[in-house]
Amino acid sequence: MSEIEIRNVFKIFGADTRTALAMARDGADKSAILAKTGCSVGLNDVSLRIPPGRVFVIMGLSGSGKSTLVRHINRLIEPTSGEILVDGRNVLGLSAPELRDFRKSRVSMVFQSFGLMPHRSVLQNVIYGQRVRGLSRAEAEPIGMKWIETVGLTGYENKYPFQLSGGMKQRVGLARALAANTDIILMDEAFSALDPLIRGEMQDQLIQLEHDLAKTIVFITHDLDEALRIGAEIAILKDGKLVQVGTPHEILTSPANNYVARFVERRSLQGGEQHG
Amino acid sequence: MFPEALHISIREPINDLVQSIVVNYGFVFKAISQVILKAILLFEWVLRGLPWWVVFAAFLVLTWASCRKPGMVAFVAVLLFAVGAFGLWDLTMQTLALMLISTVIAVVIGIPIGIWLAKSQLMRRVTLPLLDIMQTMPSFVYLIPAIMLFGLGKVPAVLATIIYAVPPLIRLTDLGIRQVDGEVVEAATAFGGSPRQILFGVELPLATPTIMAGLNQTIMMALSMVVVASMIGARGLGEQVLNGIQTLDVGKGLEAGIGIVILAIVLDRITQGFGQSAQKGRTNE
Repeated sequence: MSEIEIRNVFKIFGADTRTALAMARDGADKSAILAKTGCSVGLNDVSLRIPPGRVFVIMGLSGSGKSTLVRHINRLIEPTSGEILVDGRNVLGLSAPELRDFRKSRVSMVFQSFGLMPHRSVLQNVIYGQRVRGLSRAEAEPIGMKWIETVGLTGYENKYPFQLSGGMKQRVGLARALAANTDIILMDEAFSALDPLIRGEMQDQLIQLEHDLAKTIVFITHDLDEALRIGAEIAILKDGKLVQVGTPHEILTSPANNYVARFVERRSLQGGEQHG
Repeated sequence: MFPEALHISIREPINDLVQSIVVNYGFVFKAISQVILKAILLFEWVLRGLPWWVVFAAFLVLTWASCRKPGMVAFVAVLLFAVGAFGLWDLTMQTLALMLISTVIAVVIGIPIGIWLAKSQLMRRVTLPLLDIMQTMPSFVYLIPAIMLFGLGKVPAVLATIIYAVPPLIRLTDLGIRQVDGEVVEAATAFGGSPRQILFGVELPLATPTIMAGLNQTIMMALSMVVVASMIGARGLGEQVLNGIQTLDVGKGLEAGIGIVILAIVLDRITQGFGQSAQKGRTNE
């Protein structure tokens, strides 16, 4: 089980990142930096401790930087400044081969629009992580079949992604992440593209898996209901800044500011119903 | 009139340059020429040496493998039979050998350059205008130095054909790779795929239909060069057309022209068939 620590991470998109970074450090806000330097601030001084073995939810509206943040954990995106530590080891210090090793053995990921390889069968997609690790097909396939069964896709292993529904595709995405046998799974809006009914099912399945497997799951969502349902802890992002971190109970009972309060209000108005 | 004082000419320096290359480095070009010539002769030896029905059958098998339509196989059989019946079989095989060697070299050059273009913004910025020049420059302009460097005959014909025919393959390889869904590449990266594993396991397979379209274009353009190439001594159908024109023998020219068209249709159907079967079952998403 792995602990993730994010320390003072800034991410600036644009040409003149140095000036923009200095401005962000001085507390200038996103629009002022954009006007002055033409750079857009993705993450602004985010520090976060993600405890092991739980579902940690990062929530925010689109543009809040949540997808950017999660991509820093496996370094799909490099921060402009800051540190990312996994079990005390600085991810940013890894060389290219070490980083590939880290991705193969420590962190896997589930994507919003699935990211499945259209030219490979379900089984070949599921065992991709094992195959790049160097396992032969014969060694990897039993592992893949086990996880295909776990996510309830037995019988579909030789189908191709285009033959599956959205919910089934995301089960393949989930099975691929699980088959990689990493102790961290990043889920970037993994259920957002699914319809509400399937989504509820997938959430139940995730809670069950987390319970059985005790993995560190970092789950990104824009939906407070989803966050409250599956998160042991929730971090709320707005404009690249961390607004509040707390348990679902803390978020509901003592919102840190108006922004969070509005989310919670909206939810109580809907009576806690699921919304897509 | 444009004032004479402002005239500049690159004619003399270019002529001198080519001249000095011929004088000083002629042996290099001779060596290259020898290698290419050997390859051409090998292709010709195989295609012309084999009994006609073996080549005929090979074409039908290829057609079947590419599209699995009995109708198409029959169509190709009729077309190829017509070529033989016109008495053009041997000439067609000569042309085919030239085309195949040009295409093989175009693939060996074009696909890696296309990959490079897809990966490097700088490379794309430098290469794309160069490709435009290669495609619009009248081919006779580079035929002249090619003859000076490589002599008359098949080798400069092959080189001119490559220069003319390789741009679409480069462009479409580049396009095909850049069109691959970014999230799929990101997923492969996130699971620890190396650049090499991602290129060969994800990007190239997904770009195959587009690359096949580029190959198809390259073959078609190579075929359209055969008549021009015959003017510098390449044998085959193009020479026959040229002969027909020079002797005002319209019928002879037309027969050979039909031969070229048939070769184009057959090769087009086969490469398109392979392109479509590469696409099937992948991009229906």
